[in-house]
Amino acid sequence: MLDLQLIWAGLIATAVLLYVTLDGFDLGVGILFPFAKSKEERDVMMNTIAPVWDGNETWLVLGGGGLLAAFPLAYSVLMPALYLPVLLMLAGLILRGVAFEFRFRARNRGRKFWTQMFAGGSILTALAQGLILGGFIQGVTVADNRFAGGPFDWLTPYTLLVAAGIVVGYALLGGTWLMMKTSDNLHGDAKRWTLISAAGVAVLLAAVSVATLFVHPRIADRWGFDASAGLAVDWATLAPLLAIPVLGLAGLAVVFAMARKGSHRWPFVGAMVVFLSGYLGLAASFMPSIVPYDIDFRQAAAPDNALALMLVGTAAILPLILGYTGWVYWVFRGKMDADAGYHH
Amino acid sequence: MELDALLLSRLQFAFTIAFHILFPAFTIGLAAFLAVLEGLWLWTKRDAFKVLYLFWVKIFALSFGMGVVSGVVLSYQFGTNWSEFIRLTGGVIGPLLAYEVLTAFFLEASFLGVMLFGWKKVGPKLHFTATCLVAVGTTISAFWILSANSWMQTPQGFEIMADGRFQATDFMQVIFNPSFPSRLTHMLLAAFLTTAAVVGGASAWRVLKERNGPLATGWTESRIALVMAIGMIAVVAPLQLVAGHWSGVVAHEHQPAKTAAIEGYWQTRADQPLHLFGIPDRDAQKNHFQVSVPGVGNWIQNVPKDEVIQGLDAWSREDQPPPFIPFFGFRIMVGLGLLMIALGGVGALLIWRRRLFDSRWFLRWCVAMGPSGFIAVLAGWMVTEVGRQPWVVYGVLRTRDAVSPVTAGEVAFSLIAYMVVYAIVFTAGAVFILRLMAEGPVAALAEPAPRQDRAPGSPLAKAPEDTTPGDSNGGEGA
Ligand code: HDD
Ligand code: HEM
Ligand code: HEM
Repeated sequence: MLDLQLIWAGLIATAVLLYVTLDGFDLGVGILFPFAKSKEERDVMMNTIAPVWDGNETWLVLGGGGLLAAFPLAYSVLMPALYLPVLLMLAGLILRGVAFEFRFRARNRGRKFWTQMFAGGSILTALAQGLILGGFIQGVTVADNRFAGGPFDWLTPYTLLVAAGIVVGYALLGGTWLMMKTSDNLHGDAKRWTLISAAGVAVLLAAVSVATLFVHPRIADRWGFDASAGLAVDWATLAPLLAIPVLGLAGLAVVFAMARKGSHRWPFVGAMVVFLSGYLGLAASFMPSIVPYDIDFRQAAAPDNALALMLVGTAAILPLILGYTGWVYWVFRGKMDADAGYHH
Repeated sequence: MELDALLLSRLQFAFTIAFHILFPAFTIGLAAFLAVLEGLWLWTKRDAFKVLYLFWVKIFALSFGMGVVSGVVLSYQFGTNWSEFIRLTGGVIGPLLAYEVLTAFFLEASFLGVMLFGWKKVGPKLHFTATCLVAVGTTISAFWILSANSWMQTPQGFEIMADGRFQATDFMQVIFNPSFPSRLTHMLLAAFLTTAAVVGGASAWRVLKERNGPLATGWTESRIALVMAIGMIAVVAPLQLVAGHWSGVVAHEHQPAKTAAIEGYWQTRADQPLHLFGIPDRDAQKNHFQVSVPGVGNWIQNVPKDEVIQGLDAWSREDQPPPFIPFFGFRIMVGLGLLMIALGGVGALLIWRRRLFDSRWFLRWCVAMGPSGFIAVLAGWMVTEVGRQPWVVYGVLRTRDAVSPVTAGEVAFSLIAYMVVYAIVFTAGAVFILRLMAEGPVAALAEPAPRQDRAPGSPLAKAPEDTTPGDSNGGEGA
């Protein structure tokens, strides 16, 4: 028999990772919007993502919908626990989502407004996702299979730190994406943004990593630290896990080195690797919890017949989705024409 | 009623979904209309069809964007506000929602990019394919979400486990539950009617405007679109009456309390009357100011005259749906449906007698009917959903047992936040759409022919869709 619960845990984790990296770069472009020099630059920036942002965001719907379907208990505990950050995220997504069309339609004052909404909405979304992530790692109060905490449990210095990390991290993804998709002056700007945000990511990633060890004794334990004994280290546990931070450092090194050389593609790859390592680090910290730290994915899983039904469809359809998503990216490959003097 | 998390969550759900459904109701039909236009253009090579396509695709892009963002809100609201509902029934209803994402949302979202921005990047046939896939995606989406909703109305194929959670015993029964076929038919027809009413209204407006200009004769784009819309209404509106009747029969069989509320029946009896008007009063358990036709109620319900039909008195007061909204919502919906049938019939007659474009009163009537589909759709959903109360899964799970363990303060805050954000977003969207409609498709004609060498997704690549006269000199940086 297939281990349906494990397969679904892996599938949901993959969907979330894909979401974070894909929507991450288009949210990042929004986060960088305020730093662009002119309306023309902003037009080009937006046009690099206009054909693909909706598809990227669909991974979020799959992540949420998949969690609902495969692990309804986890979904029904986490969403009320993170009620306000989820609301902020949705509000941000609404404002930036409509801004794509509205900004092109609007006249002078309106365009200025929707430019701000695109930037503000992207930043709000990223912040809120950071709060959600932080609140998740921090753990949720559960009693009798229901959320049993208060409305502001998620609001702590730790979650604010994670939120800052996500905003800067998305900016890095956005900067490297723009290095790949643009040329001339904008490419130069993107390079600067990339280097600055990479430095920010290096600092924040280190800070978040250290802070995470203190968030829950169980995490420190996972990594071989014993918090009660003044952080005594158990090297046998820590050594294999060190591959994860090493991967992150390698990613950062690629971003720095290649961005300074003005490479077009490699910084983006490096930024993806940084996100992958952060993600693996988190996974290592709280697997198999799906609602840290009371509910594991097996307790939360939907009945096997539901998981099986969905697996049949997923096995057939997911390759197709990946195929045509790839095709769409391929259709829109290559650089934007930066100095095309078109105005709407 | 106090403003607790339950009531506020219900208000919030009603508010957000009422906004959301406006867009699917329009985009499902419009996507199909665009596919037809592009197909006709490829087939006949007549420029008019391309002009119409380029015009309506702008409106489609705006509406679709608003549909997407308001839909994402809903999929998370199940968790934030109705977590108990998902905790208990997620194992049954979850797969339907997941299949919607897998089979519909990715398809729509991915090919929308090609449809809007790929005009110069892929060949015409491939572009046409993208348009068709978006249209198919919207319909598949309706399939799954209506299956989920219908299961909540007429649940079957499940069992309740020891811990209270639901488990499917047969997913085919879950998906193809008793009210699903009629509801899917009724909703898809509603979407086509909504689109036809909007296209007809906007085109009639242009035809009225163009009566004294250079476009006063011949087959202008607006005239072509008007005839297409009227043709659609003439065919679909009568079908909708049949589909709606089917829905009514199914509701009568499976949700008799809803039928009683719709019809304003308080007493259980044979030979029910037909109440045309009345003000249902739950406290008094009767209708005020009732206007009725005796003796035809049973006939409307397809039930022999001497058979007993339950009135609301057959249920204890706490099991009765609130009758006011179902009663009036139903009358608004059916009234508009009958008006649409009349519009289609008269319009067809005028087309046949070649009087359509001269009949100003008729053109004005078309304009007035422009929003009728939206109103009927909202009214219809109000009937369906309020008539299901006090149950969230009919007869099995009460709405009050479905709500999340969140505080009233949180829900009040989110409801206000949604109201503010939606007010900004949807007002702006409505202004942009109405502005485009007022300009009409001919404005698209005046646009420069796109150059061949533009990069995809470059500012220029959107040119054929985006140049709006009057906007082009607004050059200051924003
Ligand atoms: C009859 C059809 C219908 C109904 C009843 C609903 N929807 Fe909807 N929905 C659509 C038809 C649709 C659509 C036609 O497929 C949309 C509209 C515009 C669009 O982008 O797709 C859509 C978009 C849409 C999206 C965005 C998809 C994307 O990212 O591209 C989500 C997450 C939802 N919906 C979720 C819901 C939920 C949770 C509903 C009920 C509670 C719901 N919809 C009712
Ligand atoms: C798309 C058009 C729809 C509209 C306009 C609509 C309208 C409404 C309204 C007005 C309510 C509040 C009823 C009340 O509290 O008295 C409601 C409740 C609800 N509806 Fe719908 N509905 C629609 C579709 C759906 C679909 C497709 C689903 C599920 C798949 C759904 C699930 C719910 C749930 C969970 C509630 C909350 C519980 C409740 O208040 O009954 N609805 N809806
Ligand atoms: C012409 C006569 C019509 C009749 C007899 C009729 C009948 C009905 C009935 C009985 C329901 C409730 C179904 C249920 O609760 O299970 C319903 C729902 C609904 N109606 Fe109508 N209807 C008519 C016209 C229209 C029109 C013109 C539209 C829109 C353009 C429309 C849109 C809807 C929608 C969106 C729903 C909710 C979804 C559903 O439950 O199917 N209806 N209708």
